[in-house]
Amino acid sequence: MMIISLFIAFLMIGMVSFGGGYAMLPLFERIIVIENAWLSRDMFIDMIALSQITPGPIAVNSATFIGYQIAGVSGALLSTLGVMSIPLVLVSIVSKYKTQFLKSQTVQAIFTGLRPALVGLIMASVFSVAQTALLDWMSLILFGIILVVLFKLKWHPIYVILLSGIIGIIVYA
Amino acid sequence: MVISYPQLFIVFLKLGAFTFGGGYAMIPIIERELVHQAKLITQDDFYDTIVICQSLPGMIAVNMAVLLGSKLKGVKGAFLSVLGVTLPSFIIILVIATLFFQAIENPLVLAFFKGVRVSVVALIFVAGIKLLRRNMHGFGFFIATLTFALVAVYFVHPFLVILIMGFLGYIITQINKSGESL
Repeated sequence: MMIISLFIAFLMIGMVSFGGGYAMLPLFERIIVIENAWLSRDMFIDMIALSQITPGPIAVNSATFIGYQIAGVSGALLSTLGVMSIPLVLVSIVSKYKTQFLKSQTVQAIFTGLRPALVGLIMASVFSVAQTALLDWMSLILFGIILVVLFKLKWHPIYVILLSGIIGIIVYA
Repeated sequence: MVISYPQLFIVFLKLGAFTFGGGYAMIPIIERELVHQAKLITQDDFYDTIVICQSLPGMIAVNMAVLLGSKLKGVKGAFLSVLGVTLPSFIIILVIATLFFQAIENPLVLAFFKGVRVSVVALIFVAGIKLLRRNMHGFGFFIATLTFALVAVYFVHPFLVILIMGFLGYIITQINKSGESL
C-alpha cells in the first residue's frame, strides 16, 4: 500500500512541476512532510541540501531519496519513475506537434499566470524552511553572513553549503 | 555527422554525473556538446527545445533528454538519453541516503547539518529574490503575492494553487485581448 501511495504522490508532483526545483518545494513539503510524514521537517531541509551538493535535478534526487527512505531500492525506483512519467508522456506528445505548441496563445496565456506564481511558491518555501532552520541568534547571524557571500562574492552553492556546515560544526558541536 | 547509441548515452550520462544545481545548469553544456561541437542539432531547434521543456511540467534535464534523444535516435535514443541523465544521480543519492540515515545520529554530523540548513534558507531566498526582480510589475506581482499568501498563510494545497494561477493567467490574457479589440 505504502509503495502505491508513494508512486501516486510523485506522479502528482511530476504533473505540476514547473520552473525547476525550488518552486516545487512547497508541494514536496505538503505531500511528503505534512500529509504523509515520510520525512521530518529537519530531514526535509537536509535532503534539499544533499540534492544541491550532488549532481542531477532536485526533483529526481528527492524522489530517489524519499523513495529509498520509505521502501528501499524498489521505493527509490518507483518514486523516480513516478515523478518522471507524466512529463515524459507530455513531452513525447508535444514533440509531434512542435510548431503548433510553440505558436499556441493558450500556452503563453497560462504562463503569464504560472511564471509569477513560481516566485510566490519559492518565497513560501523560504518562509516555511526559515521557521525550521533559523531558530537561534547564531543561525540568524550565519544567515546574514551567507547572504553576503551569495550576493556579493557570488560563491557556488556547493561551497556555500560546505562552509555553513563547517561553521555549524564549530558553533553547535 | 551521426551519433551512435553508446555515444548518445555517454553524452547524457556525463551531463547527469557532472552538472550540479539542477537542470538549468545543464543547458549551456548540452548546447556546447550537441550544437557547437557535434553539430547534430541546429541552434534554432535547440532554442525551440528549451521553450518546449520550460512550458511543460517536469525536470528540464529529463525533458530535454527525451526531446533531443528522440530527435537524434528515435524512441530508443530517447530512452537511452533519459537513462543516462538520471542514472548517476539515482545511484549517488542511493549511496548518500544510506550513509545519511546512519550518520545523522552522530552529533558532529548533526551539527554540520544544523549549519547547512541555514544556507538552504539563504539559497532559496536568493533564488526567489532574483526571480522577484523580474516580476515586479502589476499583474505578476499580484499573482506572486497571492500565491505566497495562499500557500504560506492560508495553507491551500500547492497543487491546487498552481492550477488556479495557470487558469488566472489564461483568463486575464483573454480579458486583456477582448479589451483591446473593443
